[in-house]
Formats: sequence, C-alpha cells, structure tokens
Amino acid sequence: MTTAAIAQAREREASLSARLARALSQGPLHVVVLLICAVWLLPSVGLLVSSFRPARLVASTGWWTAFTPPFNFTLGMYREALSTSGMAQSFVNSLFISIPSTVIPIMIAAFAAYAFAWMKFPGRDLLFVIVVGLLVVPLQMTLIPVLRLFNALGLTGTFLGIWLAHTGYGLPFAVYLLRNFFGALPKDLFESVYLDGASPFTAFFWLVLPLSVPALASLVIFQFMWVWNDLLVALIYLGGTPKVAPMTVTISNLVNSLGGNWQVLTAAAFISMLLPMLVFFSMQQYFVRGILAGSVKG
Amino acid sequence: MASVTFDHVTKRFGDVIAVNDLDLEVKDKEFLVLVGPSGCGKTTALRLVAGLEEITTGNVYIADRLVNDVAPKDRDIAMVFQSYALYPHMSVYDNLAFGLKLRKTPKKEIDRRVNEAAKILGIEQLLDRKPKQLSGGQRQRVALGRAIVREPKVFLMDEPLSNLDAKLRVQTRAEISKLHMRLQTTVIYVTHDQVEAMTMGSRIAVMKDGLLQQLDTPQNLYDRPTNMFVAGFIGSPAMNFFDAKIVGTTDELYVDGSSFRVKVPDSKRPAVTRYLGKDVVFGIRPEDMYDRQFATNASLDNTVSVTVDVVEPMGSEIYLYLLTGAKSFVGRLDSRTQVRPGQQIDVVLDLEHMHIFDRETQEALV
Repeated sequence: MTTAAIAQAREREASLSARLARALSQGPLHVVVLLICAVWLLPSVGLLVSSFRPARLVASTGWWTAFTPPFNFTLGMYREALSTSGMAQSFVNSLFISIPSTVIPIMIAAFAAYAFAWMKFPGRDLLFVIVVGLLVVPLQMTLIPVLRLFNALGLTGTFLGIWLAHTGYGLPFAVYLLRNFFGALPKDLFESVYLDGASPFTAFFWLVLPLSVPALASLVIFQFMWVWNDLLVALIYLGGTPKVAPMTVTISNLVNSLGGNWQVLTAAAFISMLLPMLVFFSMQQYFVRGILAGSVKG
Repeated sequence: MASVTFDHVTKRFGDVIAVNDLDLEVKDKEFLVLVGPSGCGKTTALRLVAGLEEITTGNVYIADRLVNDVAPKDRDIAMVFQSYALYPHMSVYDNLAFGLKLRKTPKKEIDRRVNEAAKILGIEQLLDRKPKQLSGGQRQRVALGRAIVREPKVFLMDEPLSNLDAKLRVQTRAEISKLHMRLQTTVIYVTHDQVEAMTMGSRIAVMKDGLLQQLDTPQNLYDRPTNMFVAGFIGSPAMNFFDAKIVGTTDELYVDGSSFRVKVPDSKRPAVTRYLGKDVVFGIRPEDMYDRQFATNASLDNTVSVTVDVVEPMGSEIYLYLLTGAKSFVGRLDSRTQVRPGQQIDVVLDLEHMHIFDRETQEALV
C-alpha cells in the first residue's frame, strides 16, 4: 500500500467512527424526543380510539383494550354527534364567529403595530407598554364588567358582541407580536420606499404586509384556533341561544344534565377539531417560522 | 441644472454635532466624494440632502431650490444604500419599476426606462429574479438601476461598494465612474475608503468630526493637504510625520528632527521663514524616499541615515519600516533595493515634496 492509500484508509475509518460516535451520542436525544411526543400524544390517541368504540364499552373498559380481540369498532358515535339537532347550524355559527374574530383584530393590530414600529408620535413607547401590559389581565376578570356593558348596549347574544369581545382579547398579543416583527424590518427599506415616493399607506400595503406574511399567518392560526376552541367567552356573551351557539357550546350541551352520554363527546371533539387541523396543516410552514418571528434575524 | 449647495448646514443629534457648519457647493454634473473616518458626519450630510434627516440650522439647495422643508420624494433625487435596500418580495423588474409606478409614469415609459437601465448595467437576463437569487454584485447593480430609472437630478450613494469583495469593488468602481460620464448627472458619493475617493471623485471633500477639512481635486489633496489630518488620510501608506524644529538663518533654513537634519528647498523657504526657531511637524510621503544608490541628486542636505527594521517586498516596490533615532517610519522604495533588517542605509528624501505643519494648529505651512 502506498502512503497515500494508507492515509486514505485511515481517513475513511476515522470518518466512519466519527459518524458512529455521532449517531450514538444523538441516540439518547432521539429517544427522549420520541418519549415526550408519545406522552404528549397519548390522551389524543386515546380519545381518537375511544371515539370509534361503542358507547357501552367506552364506559366500561379502557381504550387500549380495543386492540385485543374481539375488535369492536363503530362509527355510531360520529353518527349520533352529527345527527344532533343544530350541529350543522352551530358549525356555520362557529365559522361566522371565528372568521371576523380573526380578521378584525389582526387588521387593527397590523395598523397599530406599524404605527408603533415606524411612525414617530409623542407617547409612543408609553402607549405600547400599556398595550403590552394588558397581556397580564386575566380574561376572567373582564367577563362581568364587559357583560354589563354589552347588556346596556344590547350586544349580548349577538355576533357583533362576540366579535368585539374576541377582538379585545386578541389585540394585545397581536400588536405585540406584529410590532416586534415590523420593527425588525430593515430601516433602509423604509427610507428607500419613501424616496421612491411612497406614502406611509403605500409603504404599509406594498412593503410591510407582503414582508410580514409569516407573522400574519401565524397570528391567523393562533387567533383562529383560540376563537374556534373557545367555550367560555361564547357561553358568557352569547348565552345558550342555539340560534347563535358555536360548536363548542352545542357539543358541551350533548352531555345531559346528569352527566350521562359523555361518550359522544369523543366523536364530537374530533369533528370540531377537523377544521383547525386543516388550517394548521395548510399553514404549518408559516406557523413554525412565525413563532420564531423577531427572535432571530432573517 | 442640478447643483447641490450646503449653506452653513449644522445637524445636531442631542448633544452630538454630526455636521458642523458645512458650507460647500457641489457643481452640476460633478462627482463629489465625501470621505472621512467613520463618525465624521459624511453619511449624515448625504442624508440631509436626501431629506432623511432634518437640518438643525442652515439651508440645503438642490438646483437653486431651497429644499429644507421638501419631502424626500419631491426632491428629485435617488439614493443607493449601503445595504442596497432592495424590496425582497419583488422581482428585479418590479424593484426598478416601483418608484416609477408610484409616480404614475405611463406603463410604456416604465418599460422603456427599466429595459434601458438593465441594458446599461448588464442585468437584462435577471429581470424576473428575486433579490435573494442574486449575487452581491448583481444586487448592487439592481440598486444602481433603481436609482437610474428615476432619472433624478442628483444621485446620492452611501458606501455602495462596501459590501462587495475586493476584486468586485475595483471593477464596480470603474463602472460607476463610466456610468457617471455616460449619464452626466450630479453625484454625491460617500465612502470611508480614500482609494475610492481618489479614483472616482472629480472633487473630494474630506471631513472629520463633522467639520469639512478640505475640498479639492484628488491631485491637489495629495500634493497640497491643508492640514495634518488630510495629509495622513490621503495616500497609502500614510505620510510620515516627525516632530522637528526650524533652524538655520533666513538664507539657509533646515528642518532639525534631532536624529536628522535636512535643508528646506528654496521654493518652500518664504513660507517657513517666520517659523525659524519654532517647533513644527515635518511630513514626508513614503514614496518620496529613495535608496541612495538609485537617487540622482543625493547630497548632505537631503540624505538621512536610518536603520532598517522590517522589509516588506511587494514585487513592484518594497516597503521598508525604518528607524531614525527612536522614531519609526515607512518608506516605499525601488524594488531593486537590497537590504536586510538591522542594516544601516542612506535614504534620500525628495524635499520638493516635503510638508511642514504648525505643531499647534496642525495647519500646513507649505
């Protein structure tokens, strides 16, 4: 063997052992990550399995017994949940609540965040601190005063009322996230666009919005999911009126007053999860990027 | 046409004076370079013309029109940013066309101007790409193109070459000079690089601490710097300075640097006479030194005996770090010079090119 060949062989050996060492050293990490995933997913998986079992078995045995013979799977609970009166209506209601409750706060927040980030006006920083400070106010504390106000204004039980409520609850976080994202855009870009002849409005619509798609998309996901899954706010401001009730309220009503028939909830939960999952998976690339928004450059 | 005038302009940021009583006129079609170390106020001066900063006191005129209160977009200027500031979500074509669209230029005219600019800059094949798909040099061209299509009265360039690698910088330097000749537009160009300033500027304004030090043609700055700062800033390697004293009689003046003594040439004598017996700073550029064996006019009056400290052969020439007494200085000598560190050699100074500065004011005497 020539010296070069020996050196090459040694190098190959070294790289092989290096790769092996790396795989071994990362092994525990993978195991831990998989374990965490499993623990995290377990309840949902159990719920999913239960939703396909007959109600009487769900009540008497654990969901894991479903994997031993005799196999007993049925779509019965899905049929029952879907055939509940008002479920279709409440699906439409949920959409009718969620979409404006997502669009309105994000639109307002984008304008506000742009002003906080790039326009000079007296008291700007103080105002921003106040807005962000509102993040610490627990939602529950606001329920009674806002409800009284809505009663006085006749907004209780109306879509407009709940849109306004969700807008109020969503704004502080939205303003905070968007301001940080907008603020991280390079200053030169704004100077350049102003020199090109843009007004603040043009700069907002032609520069800021297109560049902030990741942040906006992740906010849309956050806000939409929060509103879609919300039971408390809907229950308080809409009351039990079936005409305006969203899915969460209708589903919780499936359980009778004695707490019976709760097995149907498993199927109903997955039905109501369908749309958010669709939203999430179609926008997940923005979601991951958006969470990192402003934390790292680029 | 489009001259730019700074009329006693001052810009303060709180307590910091960024630009101090700047008074200069950029002539029509001139390529004026603002140069100086970082923090000297050159970029601020440029931004004052662009309208990106507000003037504290004084007036700025563009083409004899007072623009203090005119919005940046209405000043008829275009700026090239150091970071290029391209719109990342738009294609190259849209980047070039955006400013024109906002100004409601007819579509046909936009198309004509964009294509013309792309042709001048050689970026026609890139018009459909996004900025992130371009190399640094290409982005730089797009940034230039965005300024060109606007057909402004004045181009403002803020260190446009500083993000390019050394080779590309030299190449683009020449291209910007050519572009200026072709477009015949007034250019104000900011840089910290004295080589860029020397090679590109019709005139150069040297700034330091917000104050204009000297405004002149490149050759005049090199030959006749008005003070020690300009003398040291322009030229590479920098001019050597020695603390010295003027001695002798009114007929025969000498510069006495304690470890050396050279004669003041007749042409410089009148200006120096009144400093007889006083402390001065003697300046000589590295390129105005010669090895004695290659010098034709060696005499006792212009020869200095020095010790070689470090030798740096550059191929075409040789840099010597020399010692006279305890003072170290640089010489740029003929590459045929054969020396070793530690050796004692005789260096002949070209005293016609010497500089004398007042020790107190640092102003040049000759």
